[in-house]
Amino acid sequence: MDIFKIIDEFQKIDGDAAGRLEHASRRFFMNRVSRKLAAAAVPVAFATIVNKAYAQSAKAIDVLNYALTLEYLEDEFYKAGNAAANLIPASDKAIFTQIGKHETAHVAFLVKALGAKAIAKPSFDFTYKGNFGTVFTDYKTFVTVSSALEDTGVRAYKGQAGELIADPQILEYALQVHSVEARHAAVARRLAATVTGNAAMKGWITLNQGAVAPIYAGEQNTTQGGVDIKGLASKSDAAVTEAFDEPLTMEQVLAIAGPFIKA
Amino acid sequence: MNKLKTKGNNPGHDEEKNTTVNRRLFLRSAGLATSMGTIILSACNDDDPDPMIPGTGDTVDLGSGDIGVLNYAYALEQLEAAFYTQVIATPYAGMTDAEKTILTDIRDHEIIHRDFFKTALGSKAIKGLTPNFSTIDFTKRDAVLGAAKLFEDTGVAAYNGAGRLIKDTGYLLLAGKIVSVEARHAAVIRDLINPKSADFAGDDVVNADGFDKAVPPADILAAVKAYVKDSVTGANVGK
Repeated sequence: MDIFKIIDEFQKIDGDAAGRLEHASRRFFMNRVSRKLAAAAVPVAFATIVNKAYAQSAKAIDVLNYALTLEYLEDEFYKAGNAAANLIPASDKAIFTQIGKHETAHVAFLVKALGAKAIAKPSFDFTYKGNFGTVFTDYKTFVTVSSALEDTGVRAYKGQAGELIADPQILEYALQVHSVEARHAAVARRLAATVTGNAAMKGWITLNQGAVAPIYAGEQNTTQGGVDIKGLASKSDAAVTEAFDEPLTMEQVLAIAGPFIKA
Repeated sequence: MNKLKTKGNNPGHDEEKNTTVNRRLFLRSAGLATSMGTIILSACNDDDPDPMIPGTGDTVDLGSGDIGVLNYAYALEQLEAAFYTQVIATPYAGMTDAEKTILTDIRDHEIIHRDFFKTALGSKAIKGLTPNFSTIDFTKRDAVLGAAKLFEDTGVAAYNGAGRLIKDTGYLLLAGKIVSVEARHAAVIRDLINPKSADFAGDDVVNADGFDKAVPPADILAAVKAYVKDSVTGANVGK
């Protein structure tokens, strides 16, 4: 049994089988194949991988491509920002290098997971049709756009969780990325608070306050799980809304992100 | 939380491993001492069919299915709320105004999470747990922020790991609404510890694919065991 011949055959049908194979089960293969385990185990291993690759529902593929669009956008944004001379002060470089690193990893992961079904990278207009003309020359603008993108990312992933409930592994991946976006959002917001001198802006979202109104629409919600929790534990509305982040629908997100996408 | 079992994240430092081992050993002997105490007490007190030593805790079963997941979240939020309540009640030496504002905000969020779960679960809610923060020196900034970091990172990993166990999309969304706030807390606490560094989403918690941790309930419950007097069991959470 020649496993590599089978992969070659499979590759003719599914262009990215090897890529997904490598991703889906690198560890499995390392353990089984490189250790020259009994040949009988190989077909089993291969069947597991093929099933894994095709376990993605059509819905999951839509969601992953949607996520990929947003990750392409973030990745390009930080690549340009981190490369721009005299934009990010030395004191804040470590933060944006780390965020950029994660967005690049998210793109790579999604491209690999989707294989041949991955959409191509769009071209972007980070000036947002001229509204953020100084995005890569003025740090204040850059940080504001960064916090806006991260908060949108958090809300976008959250809005899709329910669509992935039938794909537990993909759901878990999405959740793992979602909380990283929230970590990014928190520090980007704190930097934005400093550079814009807005002390009311915190790592968390108070009511629906934010620089770009549509990104924060609905964040002032105080009904959770069908329960009106206004005044819960005698806390203020500000605190109640900070304690919960709200989702955005795909339509809302595409309306927000649309002006960033040229084609 | 390097000591937690995770998928593809960086292994823990040896020093932390040793701490874990020591804590586990300590817990084992402490647990042994407690049960022996109970046996002695029950032997001496034949009239009481359910002997309980005040403050040494009970066995709490989180339950099964989605209710189990919600009770699991409720248990963790109880711990966090109790921790920050103590942090604000007895501020560490040199707590700045900015730090106090942040820690008070986080305290309020955790109290809201806790009370929300209690309200939502109603009669299905587990009892109020008795925390055990005796290992945390609340007078020292390093100790408090270090514990806060541990609780927040654990909270994120716990919610991420429990998501796949939830069957109701409404509950899944609720968990999603809370976990991102916990992640915001984790990032801000980490930024207080190591300002303007990569630590807010450090390589110790975010792996090479850019993924935060996702840890199953059994491992989380083992990791927080030292901070609860009650014995919390979650064998059927999500099942």
